[in-house]
Order: sequence, then C-alpha cells, then structure tokens
Amino acid sequence: MAEVIFHRAGPGITVQDLGRTGYLAQGLSRGGAADRLALHEGATLLGQDPHCAALEIAGSFLSLELTAPRRIALTGAPMQAVCDGAALVWHASHALPAGARLDLSPRTGGYSYLHFGGGIDLPPLLGARAAHLAAGLGQMIKAGTRLPLGHDPGHCSGQTFTPLARFDGGLLRMVATPQTRLFPKAICARFTQTQFRKDARANRMGQKLLWDGAGFGLDTGLQILSDTIVPGDIQITGDGAPFVLLSECQTTGGYPRIGTVLPCDLGRLVQAPPEAALHFTFVSLQEAVQIERTEAARRETLGKSLRPLLRDPHDMADLLAYQLISGVTCGDDLESERSWF
Amino acid sequence: MLIRFGTELTEAANRAALACHAAIEAAAIPGVEESAASLTSVYVRFALMRTDHSALRIVLEQILAQQDWSQASLPQGRRLWHVPAVFGTELGPQLAEAAALASLAPEDAIAALCAQPLRVQTIGFAPGQPYLGQLPSAWDIPRQTGLTPRVPQGALAVAIRQVVLFSVSTPTGWRHVGQTALRLFRPDHPDPFLLRPGDEVLFRPVTRDAFETLRATAPDGGATSERLR
Repeated sequence: MAEVIFHRAGPGITVQDLGRTGYLAQGLSRGGAADRLALHEGATLLGQDPHCAALEIAGSFLSLELTAPRRIALTGAPMQAVCDGAALVWHASHALPAGARLDLSPRTGGYSYLHFGGGIDLPPLLGARAAHLAAGLGQMIKAGTRLPLGHDPGHCSGQTFTPLARFDGGLLRMVATPQTRLFPKAICARFTQTQFRKDARANRMGQKLLWDGAGFGLDTGLQILSDTIVPGDIQITGDGAPFVLLSECQTTGGYPRIGTVLPCDLGRLVQAPPEAALHFTFVSLQEAVQIERTEAARRETLGKSLRPLLRDPHDMADLLAYQLISGVTCGDDLESERSWF
Repeated sequence: MLIRFGTELTEAANRAALACHAAIEAAAIPGVEESAASLTSVYVRFALMRTDHSALRIVLEQILAQQDWSQASLPQGRRLWHVPAVFGTELGPQLAEAAALASLAPEDAIAALCAQPLRVQTIGFAPGQPYLGQLPSAWDIPRQTGLTPRVPQGALAVAIRQVVLFSVSTPTGWRHVGQTALRLFRPDHPDPFLLRPGDEVLFRPVTRDAFETLRATAPDGGATSERLR
C-alpha cells in the first residue's frame, strides 16, 4: 500500500476534505478545508474528485517521504516546496518517484494544500476524512505519522494554472443577517469604511479582526436568543470586535451578526497575510446569488485553464532532478516530454 | 434561510421549531443540503445551483401552513434519561455561587435541579451538546462576564433557566455546578449522538465516591433510558 511518512511536521497540519454535511442539527458543523476553492483546484490539477482528502498546512512546515511513485498537486497559499533538492512550482501538479522526499516550508502564512493522486485514504468517520479538532475528530499530523494513499488511476501531471487572486487581502463582500438591522446605520457605515487586519491568534473555528478606532458593539445590552450560525457570519463580540466564523465553527451562537461574508470570498480572508488590509462591503441578496453562481460556474470549468508547466531552464538548479520528478503534460506521453524545452 | 418562531424562548416556540424541523427533514426538499432546529428557529441550507430563495420560500411556506406548529406534538421516539450526577465538590466548583444567585441554599439548589425531568430543547454549539429546560424562574441567572478557561466533557452548567451538558472540553461562561459521566458524542458508535431534541433528562444526585465508581465501571456513566409516550 502506498503511504506518506512524515519525518518532520509543525503544528496546524491536518487531513481535510469538503467536510461533513447533515450533522448540523446534532451540533456538528460541516468543517472541511478552510479554503474550499483550493481543494477544487487540487482536484482539477490531478483530474480527480474534489472530495478526495488532502493535507491542509496552516502556515507550518513538513518533511515527508513517499513509499511509492505518486502524483501530487500544490494549491492554496504558496510555500517553499523542495523535492530531493529541487524546487517545485506551486499551483501545479508534479509526478514524484518512490522514495521521494518532499520538504515544505512557509512563506506568507495562510492555508496551503498538498494533494495526492487518489487522495488520502483514511477510513471515513461520519462520512468524511476531514479532521474536526473542535469536535474531537481526527488529529494533527506529527513526526512519525503515516497516511495511506488511495489508488491513483490518473497519469496527468506537470500542469499549472493561474489561481483566483485571494492571497493579498482586499474586499470581502457580505450580505445582511437577521440582526444587521439591529445595528445603527452609522455603525454599519463605519464598518464598511474601516480597514481591518487579521489578529495573529486564529484557528479553523474563527478569525478575530483588528482595527484602529471605536468598537462596533450594540450599546443596548440586547440579549439575542442563540440560533444557528455558519461560516462567514461576522459576530460582534462583547468588546465590540468582529469575529468571522470559519469552517470548524460552533453551530449556534448568540452574538449579533453584522453581516455574512459570501462563501466565495472566505478564501480571501483565510489566505490574507497578517499585515494585509481587509475591507467589507454589503451586497444585496440578489447580487450575492449571482456572484456565487458565477464563481461556481467558473470553478466547474477550471480544467480549461490548465496549461503545461513551462519553466526557464536558467532558473532550474538541477535539470536532471526536475526531469525525474516532474512530467510536463501527461506523464506517459513521451512526445510531450521530449518537447519540454 | 431561517424560519423563526419567536425571539424569546417559550415552550410553544421551541415545540414549533422542533416539529417544523422534523417536517422539513421529512419533506426532503430538492436542493436542501441540511437543516437544523435551534431553540426557536429552523435554519435551512440549500445549494444555489439547485434551487433559489423564492422557490424554497414557497415550499417552506406550504409546510408552515400545514398546521399550527406551536401546538405540534413533540418529536417521536422520545426517551427519559436517568442520569447520575455529582453536584458541588471540585467536580462542580461553582455550585455555591450559582445557588446564591438563585437565592437557594446549595442543598436546595441540588434538589431543585433534580426535582423534575428537563427537556432537551435543542442540540447545538458542539456535537451532541444538549440545552435542557426550563428551570424555575429563580434560575434566570446570567452567564458570567468572564470565561471559565476549561470545563471537562460531561460537565453540568447552568444559566438563563437552562442546564447545558458539555460534549467536549471547552471554555464557557456558564457556571459549572456538577459533573456527569455522559459521553454525548461518540463518533465511533452507530448512534453517535446520545441525546435527541425532545428527550427528557432527570438528574439523580450521587456522592462523589459513587460517581467515580459509576464513571469507571458503568456503561454511559450509569445513565439509563426508557421510552416516553
């Protein structure tokens, strides 16, 4: 059985997929990858199902070894990726030989993803392989962890694409919540005019935001009965600070929510570097629906944007190593390999 | 999409939320991905690529018009759970404080918490975590302003006329007055969530020694259940 063996692993590395649907009523949030688009991108690069489990690396580092030849893909926040001494291009797929040693080290933070052809084949628990640490499902990867890989029927590698821009902060679009109208217009207006940045203390449950100036709290001391909360909801906590719920959030909450970030903009939040400026704007429900549908349609056609990985030979430290570990288009297509340069 | 039966917790609004949620689940509406009842509302998550707000609203309004949901019967297959719990001691360190806020002596507070079955009004926040109620009005005590850094799995805590049992170890603003040995979320079990909305829970006070024995030896920490009709 093909396996991945971890020789070094920093904190914040877990197996993730698209999460568990259907347990919200029992208090278990869907969980799954913090940057869901990155899972789709990895699946597109490898020509496989986006439900395949991959490795999520939250600004951490790792060294791993493959016991069998395997295609991989690298998506999400770019890291320094080195395989047996040769740098690997991020946002791309590569074919690695048996015994290959892969080292990943952080560059900008954010959530990075390492996908394997055939996916990580842990036994599913409640219908998914994703670790949900807040619920006690799964665990962090440690040095010594071994993960089984599924059968990989594919052979395409050496592909790249230009990812949707989301690695430098920017504008997050949100819709109103049932509580938005409880906030005075002036507070909502100030919220959309304020420049935020991420608090360094964050996890997969939520992201606190930092800003200069007054808080956004309701001063009425209003008690709000708890109801269902979802990723993207922006809770205003007791101290007036915004806290954006993420993938592994609780399922109910009683803080007022000033808005809900559109699912397709959450990647921009989780991938923003610590110093990046973040802004919020309200869009109507109709606009939000249109934006989400457009993005879903774009995601469906990601495959059309793939192109062969072409690199300048002058930038490559060890050409032979590159040739060994990375196909160009389809790994078994010799014509393509010869036409590499 | 959210259906709200009230902005305050009442028996009727809670009953309506539980029953309407069950009807929405049973209707298996195309495009609906999952739904959940909270104390007085029902949340419905749907796939934008399969349906839209106006189409879903029509279906949900038809379900809402089927009956007076505040008069609906409680969910089917309800059970009454008898749950041994230790109150006070280091296992329930805030008993005296919570009792004082409810203007009760600690022993009277224990008697009050164990006097009658409490209903599971909702499951939420964390997997399998029940909110039980409703306690007499004396228990309308606020949450603490600060957080207790960590309460253990199975902890029994009180606030706002409710009891919560914690399914995972967590920080909380609720006052920790007792401890049960319940495993409310058992991911490797065929029925992973011990309690369901509508179930009732009757606590039985036990000594710390008896509790430790139950915790170490008895299945479900000595809890037993019977069908409610």
